[in-house]
Amino acid sequence: MAKKVHAPETLQKGDALPPDVQALVNEMAKRKNGVSSARRSPYATLWTIILSIISVVYLVPIILVFINSFKKKIFINKNPFSLPNGDSFSSISNYTEGVEKIGFFSALQNSAIITVGSVIVIILCTSMCGWYITRVNSFFTKCLYYLCVFSMIVPFQMVMYTLAKTADRLKLNSPFTIIVVYLGFGAGLAVFMFCGFAKSIPIEIEEAAMIDGCNPIQTYFKVVMPILRPTCISVAILEAMWIWNDYLLPSLVLDTTKYKTVPIAIQYLKGGYGAVDMGSMMAMLVLAIVPIIIFYLVCQKYIIEGVVSGAVKG
Amino acid sequence: MNKKVLRPYFPLFALPTFIAFIIGFIVPFGLGIYLSFCEFTTVNDAKFVGFKNYSNMFGDSDFKHALWYTALFAVVSVVTINIFAFAIAMLLTKGIRGTNIFRTVFFMPNLIGGIVLGYIWQLILNGILGKFGATLTFSEAYGFWGMIILMNWQQIGYMMIIYIAGIQNIPGELLEAARIDGATNGQVLRKVILPMVMPSITICTFLTLTNSFKLFDQNLALTNGLPANKSELLALNIYNTFYGRVGAEGVGQAKAVMFFLIVGAISITQLILTHRKEVQQ
Repeated sequence: MAKKVHAPETLQKGDALPPDVQALVNEMAKRKNGVSSARRSPYATLWTIILSIISVVYLVPIILVFINSFKKKIFINKNPFSLPNGDSFSSISNYTEGVEKIGFFSALQNSAIITVGSVIVIILCTSMCGWYITRVNSFFTKCLYYLCVFSMIVPFQMVMYTLAKTADRLKLNSPFTIIVVYLGFGAGLAVFMFCGFAKSIPIEIEEAAMIDGCNPIQTYFKVVMPILRPTCISVAILEAMWIWNDYLLPSLVLDTTKYKTVPIAIQYLKGGYGAVDMGSMMAMLVLAIVPIIIFYLVCQKYIIEGVVSGAVKG
Repeated sequence: MNKKVLRPYFPLFALPTFIAFIIGFIVPFGLGIYLSFCEFTTVNDAKFVGFKNYSNMFGDSDFKHALWYTALFAVVSVVTINIFAFAIAMLLTKGIRGTNIFRTVFFMPNLIGGIVLGYIWQLILNGILGKFGATLTFSEAYGFWGMIILMNWQQIGYMMIIYIAGIQNIPGELLEAARIDGATNGQVLRKVILPMVMPSITICTFLTLTNSFKLFDQNLALTNGLPANKSELLALNIYNTFYGRVGAEGVGQAKAVMFFLIVGAISITQLILTHRKEVQQ
């Protein structure tokens, strides 16, 4: 254990540790939490069983939607809790009908463009802005910082109408231009998080880069941004979760006759056709959930870290 | 980086965000405050009317109903979500088998959007109520408890994650010392764990509070305010005032300012509370 390990001072959360250090850290974390197999509570098995039952109950809503998506319309309302049988089984007709009705794949494409585009732009612009604010630290940048913090407590309904009008005036109603609106309205949280982290970067690193002949642009992209990486991931996760699921903002800003996002398309299924076609509705809900679940299972670790570090948002 | 060297780089580093921020926040916010004192149908024909919109707002019985309905909804959902989330977090920090799988499952609904969540639960709740010959839109109470169940399902996982982080930050020695001193499980919970996770409790309480106040998508999808706007939360009420009838835009904006003041007051209270705690420690 006494082996000397030289760790750089600016080791960040996401960095890989040397294997022996990692083992030590894991061991310490285990002890700290009092989690070791020897000290498991005597009721551990009982709790596992109880939690398993709760978990299954927790998943029932999603499973039910999945089952119902293969049933014919009239059977869904009659008894949503029965399995499809010979009479009620509809194979994939709900899916084909639903996709056609609301143009699901074009909606999926729009959602993807808006989410990916906005997240990239937000990360790039606000991380630069956050670092600039922290380092320049003038009266003007301080004002900008406090305005950003202030914008975090303003609910969307407050600016809903005027934002829609402003965006309309500036013709920001396509999936590419709505990115500007998302950058503006999402800047508060992102700038706040980047400023908080940029403050903790030792200024000496940047000064060293400057002495070595870097201009501010090079310093930013070669030195600062790699250090900001963990915060970038957290911000990206938080903003992506918000933008992908957002309904109200795009429905007011986008020209919805041409462009729909996934939530708008699903809401349209109800609004546009009088009585709701439950068959298509179930099928489209499944299609909307599946990409999210896949994304979640792949990036789970980052998502949970992002949530914990973003919990300060008021 | 040296201040003087960096300062001229404003157009590259800060200007894009600044312009977007003006378009996306500063202008709509300023205009919103101004328009709440005006009568208008489009931004261009605004006519200053003073506090008339604000006094009209309180003559709107739907709005008053939405106000207390939302407050009640917020209180019930804060209490239920936090109790369940804390209990599950306690269980998941005991090191029992399958902890990671449980955590994955409980967090999952959080990533599903409000509109989708609303329709999922509409199916299930209508299915259950259908057995008794009712639907969600029969009475405001059904809508209320429907949204409570939905919110719990969605948010327990998120709050659980924050509580788990809080509980794991308690030093193991502290718990051990308490046990050696003969504390029972209940005493450890009340005298050691709860005070130590107080910061997480503050965060979660206020997060659930503001989330409940701002709830919109789920409300729209689950009940859409039926029956007769009786299950309308504040956010949906504001939306319907703007887009449901012509000529009420001014009142809608006044309601929006009111809504902002309520949510803002909650957030500032949180800020003061967390700040005071930090000083004490």
